[in-house]
Amino acid sequence: MNIQTVDKQKFFFDQYGLTHRDLERYLAAALSAGGDYADLYFEYQTSTSLSMDESLVKSASQGISAGCGVRVLSGERTGYAYTDNLSPERLLHAAKTAALIASGSTKETVAAFKEKPHRSLYPIALASVDAEITAKVALLQRADVAARAYDSRIKEVRISYGDELRRILIVGSDGTFAEDSQPLARFNVGCIAKTETNSARGSHGGGGRVALDFFSGDKSPEHFAKESARQAVLQLDAREAPAGDMEVVLGPGWPGVLLHEAIGHGLEADFNRKKTSAFAGLLGKRVASDKCTIVDNGTMPWRRGSLNFDDEGQPTQNTVLIEKGILKNYLSDKLSSRLTGLPDTGNGRRESYEHIPMPRMTNTYMLSGEDNPEDILKSVKRGMYAVNFGGGQVDITNGKFVFSASEAYLIEDGKITAPLRGATLIGNGPDVLTRVSMVGNDLQLDEGVGTCGKDGQSVPVGVGIPTIKVDRLTVGGTARREGGGFMQ
Amino acid sequence: MPEAQLETRTSQLETDLKELAADVVRRAMAGGATAAEAVIQEGDEFSTVVRLGEVETLKEAGSRALGVRVFFGQRAASTYTSDFSLNGIEKLVSSALVLAKITSEDPHSGLPDAALFGALPGDLKLFHSDVYSLPGAERIDYARRAEKAALDYDPRIKNSEGGSFDAATSHKILANSLGFLGEYRRSYCSVVAVPIAQSEDGAMQRDYWYHMSRSLKALESPEHVGKIAAQRSLRRLGARKVKTARVPVVFDPLVSRSILDHIFEGVNGDSVYRGASFLAGKLGEKIAGDNVTVIDDGTIVGGFGSSPFDGEGIPTRRTVVIENGVLQSYLLNSYTARKLGMTTTANASRGLAGTPGIGPGNYFLQQGTKSPKEIIAGIQDGLYVTEFLGHGANLVTGDYSRGAGGLWISGGELTYPVEEITVGGNLKEMFFNITEIGNDLEFRGSVAAPTLRIDGLTVGGE
Repeated sequence: MNIQTVDKQKFFFDQYGLTHRDLERYLAAALSAGGDYADLYFEYQTSTSLSMDESLVKSASQGISAGCGVRVLSGERTGYAYTDNLSPERLLHAAKTAALIASGSTKETVAAFKEKPHRSLYPIALASVDAEITAKVALLQRADVAARAYDSRIKEVRISYGDELRRILIVGSDGTFAEDSQPLARFNVGCIAKTETNSARGSHGGGGRVALDFFSGDKSPEHFAKESARQAVLQLDAREAPAGDMEVVLGPGWPGVLLHEAIGHGLEADFNRKKTSAFAGLLGKRVASDKCTIVDNGTMPWRRGSLNFDDEGQPTQNTVLIEKGILKNYLSDKLSSRLTGLPDTGNGRRESYEHIPMPRMTNTYMLSGEDNPEDILKSVKRGMYAVNFGGGQVDITNGKFVFSASEAYLIEDGKITAPLRGATLIGNGPDVLTRVSMVGNDLQLDEGVGTCGKDGQSVPVGVGIPTIKVDRLTVGGTARREGGGFMQ
Repeated sequence: MPEAQLETRTSQLETDLKELAADVVRRAMAGGATAAEAVIQEGDEFSTVVRLGEVETLKEAGSRALGVRVFFGQRAASTYTSDFSLNGIEKLVSSALVLAKITSEDPHSGLPDAALFGALPGDLKLFHSDVYSLPGAERIDYARRAEKAALDYDPRIKNSEGGSFDAATSHKILANSLGFLGEYRRSYCSVVAVPIAQSEDGAMQRDYWYHMSRSLKALESPEHVGKIAAQRSLRRLGARKVKTARVPVVFDPLVSRSILDHIFEGVNGDSVYRGASFLAGKLGEKIAGDNVTVIDDGTIVGGFGSSPFDGEGIPTRRTVVIENGVLQSYLLNSYTARKLGMTTTANASRGLAGTPGIGPGNYFLQQGTKSPKEIIAGIQDGLYVTEFLGHGANLVTGDYSRGAGGLWISGGELTYPVEEITVGGNLKEMFFNITEIGNDLEFRGSVAAPTLRIDGLTVGGE
């Protein structure tokens, strides 16, 4: 077979003495039992984490994790083996183990490697993981000071900082050859506010595929600290949230977690190929009001959910999921694309070399509409205005999803009145967006904190949304109205 | 059918890994550390999923990693690596020694008191090599049989996310500069079925059932698991919303465990010393009804939460957390014990990196006398919850709000399925409002609770 020359010095070639001939040999071994396709995913990850509590840097750790996952596809079957020992013997053994999934007689050959065109969504001279550790400690200290200075009722401040650099090399028997260096940094401040009678918490953070200097701009430690402290103090006076169906206005940014849970997971191609998703068979059908256009965009520079290539070596893209309410595309990986004939949208992701890739979101958001956010609030007689959320969850088969508001307010006669205690909101994915009656002109993306879990695998993601009004959503509060009955 | 021959990795001899852990500690001390601790984790895993009768995935692998924590007086830092070469180990130790210089002096940090170290005597029966004894084809057959039992159970089971069989073994070694050197092995196998039921109008419902065991011999039959899974999916068909109401709520054991998780979060020494739990400062006070007794016991033979010593090398023990509603003990590691002026409860959990956290042993709510059926029979109108969505509990305030699905109770019986509803309340009150406790405590993991009836909760719906 022919090998094209690769012009750059390669990390794995240097570090582990790998050669193209070795890679071909492992792929050939992986296909030796008759698989249709095989790939190797080499990963070398370095990471740092620091935490501060009681104004002390209590924990600092650094680590290195390296290994290779070998995957073999044979029809709908996947064979997988991995090793953290990158010696030729162990790699060959892993390849032969993964090969056993197949039982075909025809032998696929390994195509010549074709390196993907260079792309650089996160061009960084010095990854934060390699930056001076004292500079990171200084960030923690600044946040601690700022949070405590915000209000005398802030009694506990816990700050965490983590970063990583993931170097990957993906080679496939179809000629796939992709190499990337993926930085990631995340800063978080948690606060507890206390009075004699009350306690409340706040949390805020951000980051992305950025260098350490990201935190010296407007996303400073002080920014995250003040926002976290503000939420905690606000919650001290929050009253019980109402219970039952009502109008809900979502603020811009992180409330986009609604889209992630309500439709994002349901549109992942594996569930639809297997017809286990409530969205199966709905391509081309209306699943949202005509004000809703939603995309999954892995190509945004510096974003936490972005990637130059997905974890199968496919360039990420900006995929329209829903256009003016009509379902246009699923999010696909290589396997689903091979089996359905639908395009591979570059959404094949995995947590690490120990994991099998599957369709995952990148940055998922709704495009801005035409409504003025103030008009949206004015249009609500009695409802909830939710601006900050914790996590969410979805049952993709029946479509039911939840997301938990951590900062919300009562809307009465078009005005924001009292802050409310945290409450879970629940809805039905395939129809919740049909009840979106207003979409603001103020799209924001979250600040870079999201982590998505699926089948035990965690990957970093982004979400975003403009201010929107949902005409009916169920709120899980506890408040009774005076005179019995519940606020509705 | 592929013949997957699992090579249960012949790892380095145990003595070699123990020697390696001790060597890492010695290197850290030679580099100037005042104390050090090394951990080695090694594991093998096998998993297979069969979907609609065909093998969907087959995965097997082994891995290991090494972590070290070093102290310079009251400063500490940790590093980890998967590189076991001499070069990798030297780098591991030198990086930790450098990193420890940037952390703060913390008067409460340090290894536990040397007098506390040790391991439970005798065999806890945590390791059974039979989890890997089946030939490849039979392992796949376990997964296939579980799914088939579900698919064959009822014609409305038309699809499936598959049946699966998993097996794993792990080996952990801990060494420190005060002379502790210990190790243990654990094994695990499980069988799962995730069938999808479909009604005539095309609506789908999914549920699951599983069993896990430390030994293949004790694993429930795949047929039994598949059948229960099918029943659980089927009973959700035709689910509807209900009106917002305040009614008694019965928690199925699978979801009542979550109440124990909230209590754990609340008595975890880490939340307690930071005041991040409404249970902080409540030792000796009533925090729940008289009928509530919660125990953590890391010493149960064969238990999923058992180990001979905790993440700091201290023998595990039995701790009464709540006795007849009175908070008796927090769950602590040596750091949080020092912070609170108490003694560790040997609940340290040690990962590869960072400072030790706090984890449960076998942690459970003591069962009552009534059967689940009797508990349901006592309710005119209420909700039987079989599934929660989301994580809506705030231990600082006690606020509790979760998405839920289950069955409606009418006239003392389970009637129609319900979904897209919420359950809301406050944990401070909920612990007092556990009005019935079932007699059906069963460990399907390290945390277990029987059926519970809790009053005073708001069910949010239409």
